[in-house]
Amino acid sequence: MTSDLAIEASGLVKLFGDMRAVDGVDLAVPAGAVYGFLGPNGAGKTTTIRMLATLLIPDAGTARVLGHDIVSDADGVRSRVSLTGQFASVDEDLTGTENLVMLARLLGYSRGQARERAVELLEAFGLAEAADRLVKTYSGGMRRRIDIAASIVVTPDLIFLDEPTTGLDPRSRNQVWDIVRALVAEGTTVLLTSQYLEEADQLADRIAVIDHGKIIAEGTNGELKSSVGSGSLHVRLVKPGQRPEAEHLLRRLLDTTVTPDSDPAALTAMAGDAEQVALALAELTRSGIEVAAFSLGQPTMDEVFLALTGHPAEEHEEVSA
Amino acid sequence: MTVAVTTRVDDDLRKALTNRSRPSRPSALSTSFTFGWRALLKIKHVPEQLFDVTLFPIMMTLIFTYLFGGALAGSTTEYLQFFLPGILVQTVVMITMYTGVGINVDIAKGIFDRFRSLPIWRPAAVVGALFGDAVRYSVAAAVTVGLGLVLGFRPAGGVGGVLVAVVLLLVFSFSLSWVWTTLGFVLKTEKSVMGVSMMVLMPLTFGSNIYVDPATMPAWLRAFVEVNPVSHLVSAVRGLMHGVPNWTSVGWVLLASVALVAVFGPLTMRLYRTKQ
Repeated sequence: MTSDLAIEASGLVKLFGDMRAVDGVDLAVPAGAVYGFLGPNGAGKTTTIRMLATLLIPDAGTARVLGHDIVSDADGVRSRVSLTGQFASVDEDLTGTENLVMLARLLGYSRGQARERAVELLEAFGLAEAADRLVKTYSGGMRRRIDIAASIVVTPDLIFLDEPTTGLDPRSRNQVWDIVRALVAEGTTVLLTSQYLEEADQLADRIAVIDHGKIIAEGTNGELKSSVGSGSLHVRLVKPGQRPEAEHLLRRLLDTTVTPDSDPAALTAMAGDAEQVALALAELTRSGIEVAAFSLGQPTMDEVFLALTGHPAEEHEEVSA
Repeated sequence: MTVAVTTRVDDDLRKALTNRSRPSRPSALSTSFTFGWRALLKIKHVPEQLFDVTLFPIMMTLIFTYLFGGALAGSTTEYLQFFLPGILVQTVVMITMYTGVGINVDIAKGIFDRFRSLPIWRPAAVVGALFGDAVRYSVAAAVTVGLGLVLGFRPAGGVGGVLVAVVLLLVFSFSLSWVWTTLGFVLKTEKSVMGVSMMVLMPLTFGSNIYVDPATMPAWLRAFVEVNPVSHLVSAVRGLMHGVPNWTSVGWVLLASVALVAVFGPLTMRLYRTKQ
């Protein structure tokens, strides 16, 4: 394979007891982009990342990260990647500055350089005022930022971000997204896991969807969406009572599946052809069915996930061991 | 829904992200010292954690000296000469268990993942924590000996004897700590680490010659006391402090220390590598 791939994995397996947490994962992550790893809780995202970051040894399969084998050359991997785990990866009982100085020292900086680097990072991440406070007093968003800052004391060639925005408010989430975009702009490859379809949709250039330890789909956002269907038409009626009639009519006119939404006045038709849709809408009006609003778009990642896995993305599947 | 994504990245952030020069890998010693520094910072921020190394020895020394001293040795001053080296050993040996607790907490909180993903000398995280603990042990030793001197403890071995005794005690404690680091990796919660450590330490410290001369004990117990490394440590420390060094005991203590590190050091590191 070419060196344009930051990660090449084939047949990765990890067993926990008799549960196959990761069950034969193949990955080809291109360098210099954001790669999204999408799946519900317990799908095997974190376990895969922990193997790639050399924290877990796979039970089967091989992987090379930036050209280094994750088992035989784990130190080679470690010297070029960073991991921001799902849980606190900084010391709560130390201040922001102390955490960063400690990591800089561990990476070989002199005392002075370490302090300088800590100040620089804290300022860049908007944490200068909290620099001398214990991390346990930080808000969720600040915590996440110091976590990421700790991962880029030396800017890594590849960074693993495990659910970087889980539990954050929208503003903090946007800050993290800005940081991710800046990282990529500066040439770092980012592999991020997410349960949020929107996040993967917004950030990632390519996405792998994982469920029950297996990759069930892979491609660019557009490819994934078009693999599910051309798009969907959302219609909202003025009178909910007319919905069965509208449903029937659209199904006939568009020759496709039409499903009622949870909103009693709304329905969705799988259809992407604008001209056909325009005619169908005109026919609705002619039949005396008033349309309050409609929209035509690509399927959302939610729809993609539902189509691929047979269950919605939000569903928190309990893993049965 | 297609909002144009504005990559509004301020200059600070951009500058902070362009630091690709990686300094050369620090030495094993320097890495361990950084972890030791971390342990000291934690003491600085949470000074309450020194209670167990200051108040505990004071309490134990006072209680045993005044409660039992007269009955056991005729007078409290007399008993103190015998008892102080013993309680010193008990205090320091007991607080070694916090090493395992600390590691268990680090694992539970997730920071160990960060350390394990760094290109560093791997035992440093554990060795460094032990350096920090050595400071705690020293504080406990200083408090106990200081209190003893105030209460009338008069070591014939002088300053030199006391210092050598304390160093020997620190060496043994450092070695014993590896047992708790192993436990810290094996057991699931901080409470279970504490519980199991206590279950091991109680018989080791009480089933020894710390409090009384084993001569009055039943034969089976005496047999245990005589092979107990803590008894050898107490004999060695007592001898050194009173100016009548018992080199056989010193030898056994050093042997036990080497054995502990040889068994539990690699075991800890193996668990460290393979921790899920």
